[in-house]
Amino acid sequence: MNEYPTRLNDDAPMVRFSKVSKRYGELTVLDELDLDVSANEMVSIIGPSGSGKTTVLRLLMTLEDVSDGVIYVEGEPLTHMERDGQLVPANQAYLRRQRSKIGMCFQHFNLFPHMTALENCMEGPIQVLRLSKQEARERSLDLLDMVGLSDKRDQHPIRLSGGQQQRVAIARALAMRPKVMLLDEVTSALDPEVIGEVLNVIRKLNAEHNLTVLMVTHQMGFAKEISDRVCFVYNGKIAEAGPPSQIFDAPQNPRTKQFLSAVLQAN
Amino acid sequence: MFDWKWDFTIEILPRLILATFNTLMAAGVGYGIALIVGLIFALAQRTPIRIINWSVREAVEFIRSTPLVLQIFFVFYVGPQFDLRLSPWTAGMIAIGLHYASYLSEVYRAGLESVPQGQWEACRALNLSTRRTYFRIIIPQALPPALPGMGNYLVGIFKDTPMLSVIGVAELMHTANALGSESYRFLEPYTMVGIIFLAISLPTAFGLRTFETWVSKTLGMSKSKK
Ligand SMILES: Nc1ncnc2c1ncn2[C@@H]1O[C@H](COP(=O)(O)OP(=O)(O)O)[C@@H](O)[C@H]1O
Ligand SMILES: [Mg+2]
Repeated sequence: MNEYPTRLNDDAPMVRFSKVSKRYGELTVLDELDLDVSANEMVSIIGPSGSGKTTVLRLLMTLEDVSDGVIYVEGEPLTHMERDGQLVPANQAYLRRQRSKIGMCFQHFNLFPHMTALENCMEGPIQVLRLSKQEARERSLDLLDMVGLSDKRDQHPIRLSGGQQQRVAIARALAMRPKVMLLDEVTSALDPEVIGEVLNVIRKLNAEHNLTVLMVTHQMGFAKEISDRVCFVYNGKIAEAGPPSQIFDAPQNPRTKQFLSAVLQAN
Repeated sequence: MFDWKWDFTIEILPRLILATFNTLMAAGVGYGIALIVGLIFALAQRTPIRIINWSVREAVEFIRSTPLVLQIFFVFYVGPQFDLRLSPWTAGMIAIGLHYASYLSEVYRAGLESVPQGQWEACRALNLSTRRTYFRIIIPQALPPALPGMGNYLVGIFKDTPMLSVIGVAELMHTANALGSESYRFLEPYTMVGIIFLAISLPTAFGLRTFETWVSKTLGMSKSKK
């Protein structure tokens, strides 16, 4: 781990993947992937199915361990800490502090089925942030209001539609006040009519909450409309990255072209 | 019934009622041990520490594949050879408690495994501690599917308490045997024991079903409208 700095300079990006590899046995999913995301930036990750898009988010959420390389959040290593000038695996306290900067919405929402929408949102603030019940409730009600679900607050997830569940999941993650929000295919389970709603919510987050957003999507229209930058993942690396206008209208990498034309044909 | 003696029945009733309390006590204490030790067995099988994991799994498998009555004899009669002298009650509670702990650990394990991986990941993403993850999120979801199995084993342990008579625990079966050999009448004592078991098992089973429905309703996980 000697080649990696124990912390980055003050002008470090919000998130940096530095030569990050992820292997499952023989299978190399990410291969020395580099990626920087600036504060308040909205970045989309696109790429073929199985290319490792979700893995990028899962590593950042500390749901998986990196095989090689270092992820930095606000200039500090995510899962390593400094000891005697060296990077060593972080202890629980450090890990939890770093993890508190990140929030995630899952493709399948993963709401707690035994709690109402409101209780889902209040759980983290009460149990982790140690807010009073009253504070947690107010915060959660504000967020449910923002995602347009005030009237569903006392419903259990089983009684909510996919789109409603996804918006509760967004509110639940936001209630923890993360700096970086990870969205994994948040629109894939939704009807076309509600995609617009979710899109608006994400835009609002980014603008009003100063949130950095890193999202995986297979809907190119969504990526085009919402992102500051689009990253195309191929063969375990970011094969091409740039503003949506470049990626969608004038891709440089032949792999990107190939992927986009395949996607267009499929639609 | 042609040979049924009512006065004898009434005469033995006080001793049978006393023995019923002992039976209930044996079942209750045994089940209490089984509930707690079973949870420890189940959680131990989830630790990443290989040796604990493996030895608990093997112990559970061993206990589950040998007869309860052998285990009762073993604890009571083989214990003293290792200077472990236990009263019939203590030996009986250890044996039946561990036996049912092994069965319950499998019920817990299945319940825990029925909770989708995504729930654990959501807890991680919210930064919940391991303890809160278990007690606030995982166990409340693992419980409803585990309840029927837990209920069956409650009735099961109750019906297995007569096995404790082999080492002289004064529960119902032991008392009926004693009454029978004192008076040379077995019809009334055994019949009464059967009736007492039935009178306790049936309402318990019914109560458990009601409780299961109530729990899943309370946790809001059943599809029915509340
Ligand atoms: N736990 C795992 N064990 C083994 N292989 C995995 C595991 N998780 C993901 N993979 C593999 O990693 C690759 C990338 O997965 P993923 O990041 O989910 O792809 P994407 O989101 O781009 O479709 C796939 O080939 C997948 O099968
Ligand atoms: Mg994916």
